Amino acid sequence: MDFRLNDEQEMLRQMVADFADQVLAPEVMKRDREGSFPHAEIAHAGELGLLGMIVPEEWGGSGLDTVSYAVALMEIARVCPSSAVTLSVSNSVCAYPIWRFGNKEQKERYLRPLASGKIIGGFCLTEPQAGSDATNQKTRAVRQGDHYVLNGTKVWVTNAHVGKVFIVIAVTDPQAARGGISAFIVTPDMPGFSFSIKEEKMGLRASCTSSVVLDDCQVPVANLLGKEGDGMRIPLNALDGGRIGIAAQSVGIATGAYEEAVKYARERTAFGKPIAQHQAIAFQIADCATEIDAARLLTLRAASRRDEDHDGVGPEAAMAKLYASEMCNRVAYKAVQIHGGYGYSRDYPVERFYRDARVTSLYEGTSEVQRIVISRAVLAG
Amino acid sequence: MKIVVCVKQVPDSDAALAVNADRTWIVDSGINFELNPYDRYALEEALRIKEAGEGEVVAVSLGPARAAQVLKTCLATGADRAIHLKDEAFQGGDPWANAQALAAAIRTVEPDLVLCGFQANDDTLAQTPVLLAEMLGMPHATGAMKIEKTDTGVRVARELEADRREVVDLPLPAVITVQTGINEPRYASIKGIMAAKRKEMKTPGPADLGIDPSQVGAAGSRLRFFDLAVPPKKEGGEVLTGSTEEIAVALVKRIRENTGVL
Repeated sequence: MDFRLNDEQEMLRQMVADFADQVLAPEVMKRDREGSFPHAEIAHAGELGLLGMIVPEEWGGSGLDTVSYAVALMEIARVCPSSAVTLSVSNSVCAYPIWRFGNKEQKERYLRPLASGKIIGGFCLTEPQAGSDATNQKTRAVRQGDHYVLNGTKVWVTNAHVGKVFIVIAVTDPQAARGGISAFIVTPDMPGFSFSIKEEKMGLRASCTSSVVLDDCQVPVANLLGKEGDGMRIPLNALDGGRIGIAAQSVGIATGAYEEAVKYARERTAFGKPIAQHQAIAFQIADCATEIDAARLLTLRAASRRDEDHDGVGPEAAMAKLYASEMCNRVAYKAVQIHGGYGYSRDYPVERFYRDARVTSLYEGTSEVQRIVISRAVLAG
Repeated sequence: MKIVVCVKQVPDSDAALAVNADRTWIVDSGINFELNPYDRYALEEALRIKEAGEGEVVAVSLGPARAAQVLKTCLATGADRAIHLKDEAFQGGDPWANAQALAAAIRTVEPDLVLCGFQANDDTLAQTPVLLAEMLGMPHATGAMKIEKTDTGVRVARELEADRREVVDLPLPAVITVQTGINEPRYASIKGIMAAKRKEMKTPGPADLGIDPSQVGAAGSRLRFFDLAVPPKKEGGEVLTGSTEEIAVALVKRIRENTGVL
């Protein structure tokens, strides 16, 4: 058992850290204030290969292992959590399922531009009534000749408005018990596809999220991903990778908040010495450091397991995501606490990290859903 | 065009430095190292010259085993191959001894152009490239802010004081040191990082390069650090108060008394 990154992984981590510090950091506060999407920065990330991390080079990707992918997302999220979710979603729940389940034509047409960073993509599973209860899908896809006609509403679509390719989950056979669900590759230029207005979110304000309305949306039969009635296999498999991405994002957010707290605790004096030298603060810092490390190891273990077995990582990914996201909220809370009143000011990065942290235990499966996945695995047999 | 880029691994700019027990250098365990920032610009300039035409970029570094990391960074960023002078005999040298070793390695490449950073961030001596040029019998220009290919060689705009520049023409092969700000260094792409491990990295010793070990490294050095110390903390400054006129009078008085400038 070796807990160190190998040379390539360390070089990648260093490169992504430099990119985050030098390219993403300068306007991160401004983007949060204005709710503006980092178009130029994400395009630059794409040129470096950060949009096709887990896609093989033959399809224009970077051919990274999942551990490297997680490490890269941690470094991005340490500086700009909004960029991290943009990259995580495009990589793990759009590019990845097209690579795993798509045919050659689909890969040529949609995966190559995604993986080479020319465009970004998203994933449409959640519906107003189907959140944690994801199989309760109302979006219908009815075949008419060489098209499927899709009708329904998808909500909380990350990379809405900015994405050019979306995986859309819809019911093809309402009579089938669980197998009547299919996945489609849909692009915003297809007739009947529209984005609603941008959500005003608490955090991740530089990522773009909205609903997607499918009103007699015409999707060519050639854009069916996998087989009709493949069911939840494709979305659930994609979500395992998505959860590793969000676990990594959580570790990054916690690290960013923690680093700000440590810096502040060294500079701020109270009762005649830096507050870092008061045990009340020092012990909080010790707890944060320990929890971040625990989450990092859980996340990298899940990533390492996914490299061994792309289909069998459910419980490990859920554990990493559950622990990392809840940890990230605790650490962000403490980082604000260590800052005292200043932590409540928009002039300090911890205020942003605190808001950015909140969603991590909600999306890509709530903490409650992760506990269902974990408990089912633990109690099986 | 075949271009050699000389690079050095130096302590990270943020590293907390301590002087070692015999006061001859810093404690180099437990700190992070990085590619000398000046060298990043030299590498970028080499890659741009190569990409504008064709050719090869060879990164060369003298340093202990850990310095392989900066050569890997060069390979990941786009250099085609690397030479690492990591033999024990090469280590601990002054600029003259280091230039001897680097010159021997560079001769094996037969380059058209040798690019170096203006100076290294650790000892800031800025001597090695100039010594190297003499040993290689090549003309040199330092502090380049612009390098252009001409029919006969290269035209270099050198940075002088007060925003002034001096433009010189050099025949090739030549040695040029590059100033920061000449370009915007790129990041290694992920594909570059993955490709780096498949690129050649040679580690010749003194015998491979046909040089006498007594002429390189600590044995071949003429310069020795014998008392390295952390500068004493400056005493707190004095804040002058009063009207602008009073402050000006008091300031001139102090400059006269304390510096002899006026």
